[in-house]
Amino acid sequence: MLEFQVTNSPFNQEQAELLNRLLPSLTDTQRLWLSGYLAAVQGTAAAAISAPAGGAQGLATAGSTVDSGPVVSKEVTVLFGSQTGNSSGLAKKLGKRLEEQGFQVTLSSMGDFKPNTLKKIENLLVLVSTHGEGEPPDSAIAFYEFLHSKRAPQLDNLRYSVLALGDTSYEFFCQTGKDFDKRLAELGGKELAPRVDCDVDFAEPASEWMNQVLGALAQGAGNGAGAVGSSATPSSVVCEAESEYSRSNPFQAEVLENLNLNGRGSDRETRHVEISLEGSNLQYEPGDSLGIYPENHPRLADELIEAMGWDGNESVSVYKQGETRSLREALLRYFEITVLTKPLLKQLAELTGNSGLKDLLDPSKTEELRTYLSERDLLDLVQDYSLKGIPAGQFVSLLRKIPPRLYSIASSLKASPDEVHVTVRAVRYESNGRNRYGVCSVQLADRIQPGDSLPVFIQHNPNFKLPDNPETPVIMIGPGTGVAPFRAFLSEREETGAQGKTWLFYGDQHFSTDFLYQVEWQRWLKEGVLTRMDVAFSRDTEQKVYVQHRMLEKSRELYEWLQEGAVIYVCGDEKKMAHDVHAALATILEQEGRFSPEEASEYLTRMQQQKRYQRDVY
Amino acid sequence: MSENNLLSPNSAPHSDVEDIKVRSNYLRGQLEEVLEDRITASIPEDENRLMKFHGSYMQDDRDLRNERSKQKLEPAYQFMLRVRAPGGVVTPEQWLMMDRVAQAYSSGTIRLTTRQSVQLHGILKWNMKKTIQEVHNSMLTTLAACGDVNRNVMCNPNPNQSDIHAEVYHWASRLSEHLEPQTKAYHEIWLDGEKVLDSRDNGTEEEQEPIYGKVYLPRKFKIGIAVPPSNDVDVFSQDLGLIAVTENGKLKGFNVAVGGGMGMTHGDVKTYPQVAQVIGFCTPEQVIDVAEKTVTIQRDYGDRSVRKHARFKYTIDDRGIDWFVDELTRRLGWTLEAAKPYQFDHHGDRYGWVKGNGGKWHFTLFIENGRIKDEENYLLMTGLREIAKLHTGDFRLTANQNLIISNVTTAKKKKIDELIAKYGITSGEHYTALKLNSMACVALPTCGLAMAESERYLPTLLGKMEPLLEENGLREDEIVIRMTGCPNGCARPALAELSFIGKAPGKYNMYLGGGFAGERLNKLYKENIGETEILDSLRVLFAHYAKERREGEHFGDFTIRAGYVKEVRSGQDFHA
Repeated sequence: MLEFQVTNSPFNQEQAELLNRLLPSLTDTQRLWLSGYLAAVQGTAAAAISAPAGGAQGLATAGSTVDSGPVVSKEVTVLFGSQTGNSSGLAKKLGKRLEEQGFQVTLSSMGDFKPNTLKKIENLLVLVSTHGEGEPPDSAIAFYEFLHSKRAPQLDNLRYSVLALGDTSYEFFCQTGKDFDKRLAELGGKELAPRVDCDVDFAEPASEWMNQVLGALAQGAGNGAGAVGSSATPSSVVCEAESEYSRSNPFQAEVLENLNLNGRGSDRETRHVEISLEGSNLQYEPGDSLGIYPENHPRLADELIEAMGWDGNESVSVYKQGETRSLREALLRYFEITVLTKPLLKQLAELTGNSGLKDLLDPSKTEELRTYLSERDLLDLVQDYSLKGIPAGQFVSLLRKIPPRLYSIASSLKASPDEVHVTVRAVRYESNGRNRYGVCSVQLADRIQPGDSLPVFIQHNPNFKLPDNPETPVIMIGPGTGVAPFRAFLSEREETGAQGKTWLFYGDQHFSTDFLYQVEWQRWLKEGVLTRMDVAFSRDTEQKVYVQHRMLEKSRELYEWLQEGAVIYVCGDEKKMAHDVHAALATILEQEGRFSPEEASEYLTRMQQQKRYQRDVY
Repeated sequence: MSENNLLSPNSAPHSDVEDIKVRSNYLRGQLEEVLEDRITASIPEDENRLMKFHGSYMQDDRDLRNERSKQKLEPAYQFMLRVRAPGGVVTPEQWLMMDRVAQAYSSGTIRLTTRQSVQLHGILKWNMKKTIQEVHNSMLTTLAACGDVNRNVMCNPNPNQSDIHAEVYHWASRLSEHLEPQTKAYHEIWLDGEKVLDSRDNGTEEEQEPIYGKVYLPRKFKIGIAVPPSNDVDVFSQDLGLIAVTENGKLKGFNVAVGGGMGMTHGDVKTYPQVAQVIGFCTPEQVIDVAEKTVTIQRDYGDRSVRKHARFKYTIDDRGIDWFVDELTRRLGWTLEAAKPYQFDHHGDRYGWVKGNGGKWHFTLFIENGRIKDEENYLLMTGLREIAKLHTGDFRLTANQNLIISNVTTAKKKKIDELIAKYGITSGEHYTALKLNSMACVALPTCGLAMAESERYLPTLLGKMEPLLEENGLREDEIVIRMTGCPNGCARPALAELSFIGKAPGKYNMYLGGGFAGERLNKLYKENIGETEILDSLRVLFAHYAKERREGEHFGDFTIRAGYVKEVRSGQDFHA
């Protein structure tokens, strides 16, 4: 169990000591009761806090809610903006809990939500993730833009709360959630519970937020309050998936096959990993992702232990519940040591008073800090700032839990029952004089053999799904490992006998060595499961050719497919590829459909809203 | 063209390749489309059949086949491109072109062939057009380097008698030109020539392919010219072999030999290697007519139903040599003179510098199995490139896969000698005479026909044979040894004194008794044996030969006299 200190908790010295004495003495039942109690109390407190912020009108609203009974106040709208499925998964759980409490829930993706109904909503819960440089998920863009436009209505009757998902290793951490929070307040909304910003390990903070929200709603709804308080459950239960195995309880899955898809002489190494789901009851659909909890590279863990002068056998706490592990094992399996975050640096600066670190964190050094965070790992940090001397237990308590890695699933459960396949490119590079390894990808490439097991779970992604109508034409753009979900799509369509046309754009460096799953596309082309395929191999020709060039070469046909109602799927690199492909689509609309640039842009946004343009980019 | 028919003489249905040729519209087929297909580096088998006529075979790296199959990758498809040069004569500029395209588009090596051509391996489909264009721009061609047509015309490079070489080379080139396919398909597909949409727009069959017609020949056809006493071109292995007859340093004409050929199939005694028979003599001016009529007889009578039985040697053996001479006489309208006497002494190359009778110098260098590449300790490819940059004469590819730096002036000789020394380019003076008389085909990993290693294995085997030669004092004795990975005979193994033909990985048939000058076929000695048994056999044979040979007796002759194998006088006795 975590030892509370001033540096790692919000408590003062006295409170911390009291808690440290009290908490280890509690039985499970006592802990359970206390957590429920605290959640309910917290909900009340949050509602109380929101009252002054909302002003008289807010109070009046709350009051009228109580007066008019549960019919009006028990309506709650849950909106989620999800890219990889985390927000939508949490939203569904929240919806379920609300329903259990007797609330009438409207659950919707932001992409499906009609903004003109916004004005009528009284209780709004927003769950949204942030991507890249502080950007909203694709499915949230239209709603985000609407809300930030002049057309956005006044929302004086609205009570809301925001759960923001993000990653502290990114500069614009939870930016989209923050934007929604700020904007809803600007439009007159009253905060139902304070926004919670979640890091990659979102399970606990997310469930705490849910408890707060439930408490606040119960307060507002009057007679619902007691129910919430009494039914409050430990946070971990909230984030459990419906099946036995989930993100918080991963399935130990056996690896069946693990091979390199790149031919000899390639600069790349892409692993095709087949994993057994037998006995797990885990289900997925094409477009979903597989989460894998990886292990850190043993060399990095050992070097870190050596640099800090620690003893790898020393016992340290790994989770708040108080489990302990040897330091080496903790660094291998429990903590993130490859990614640096600003909060970590801040905590270390405060803990050690290190002037160099403090200097780096100075607001004037934003750019330097960004560069440093993006290029270094924990070993660099302790070496660069001579952090030797911090006790291991104290140090690891500041670290983030090792986050699972998500990979677009490359198989269809219909075609490969009880199996899931992923396509993973090994990330290896040299930086600042040391070899660096992608945590999960290099584990898969170097240290996982068939017969080994991996902790996995299914991450559903409702924003990347084959069209309901099997006749709808499908255009798939997936260079590199971005092609993985399209292997799943075509496997599925082969099984279901979907008759609609399909068109795949693929690219990588070299035809001879980097044509992932080549013989499978060839077979599907021959058998008609795949109607067309265009490839671009950038290093085979003097002028580099990418998928967007092939799209532009075929602009007329592509436009015709769009007119026939084709759905476009893009998977792969976000920074360059997805942007270039988007630009190519706009160009095609302008060129073939005589759209103005504005019209093309609007058309693509509309396609995204209609789920005719879906992206799974990273 | 009236005598041209699609059906074999015995009225059996013609083979599918004949269909492909007929449908191809003079070798066009769907080649342009399949070359554009970016999803695969391969082309369909039908198109590959046509591709051969354009000088190329689709192959794949067989070393990687299983590995790539597991990796869900198609085989490492690639193309072998054969550049044809009559008599093996290329200019320094042409050499530099081949060096350049080898680096840019192929595996980075150049392979000299047993028919005085150059092979580039490992070219990807999308680089074929660029490569062929470069070849064409340097005045060489790949057209008809493979396929059911007359192949590269060989001729003795003869560094000693420059004036005779010039004459013989002239006729080799004339024969080559005369028998070249006339189709415009090559220009259309590779050189962006103007397309002829419908073959009817392009004239009648006689106008489009006056010699071959729309179905071309039933099988490949080979012509070679030897200049005695050297039989380096293995004149008796040719469909049409011409033996130069000279008098006082002037070419008088050619003895004509017909019906030779190397290929056979393991386990099928109806197939066999054969030596050509001399049927008479013609003057130089008559030789084009003789060749054309010979080709048309094979066109009209060759077997078009069974490809294994379609070579000219079977056409003649099935009907008899007299039938052929009568038919040739009928088509020529005149009779060949009686053959003139001739004498061959050897069929290997003579290495090092010689001064020709025109006052120019010629340097024959030993190229192990014809492979030109740079290795860590031997920068042969770079050395030849440097020589080509300053060389003003020409290069001559020999029939034994070696190279002659030819027509070097006395002034340039010093500089070339310096480069030879600098790069350690060798005429083989430190090698055993056995190695200097060795030849292996390409085989694995690129050749689709190979059943066993050849080019990659023969050097190893020779190394293990060397102690056996030393023990018996045979280091300086010339023994002609050849190895092929399959029985199709690219290295002309049936004419070696000692040869190995691949049967399975690590297993070879061993043959003995070929004539030292390439005049007699060898015979099967042991079947399907591995390295240990090969070396055990040779230990006995070499010791016996060293001890009991007669004065000047060659190894092949000895093995017959000593009773190891029976003498083979005709291919029809090869399996007897």
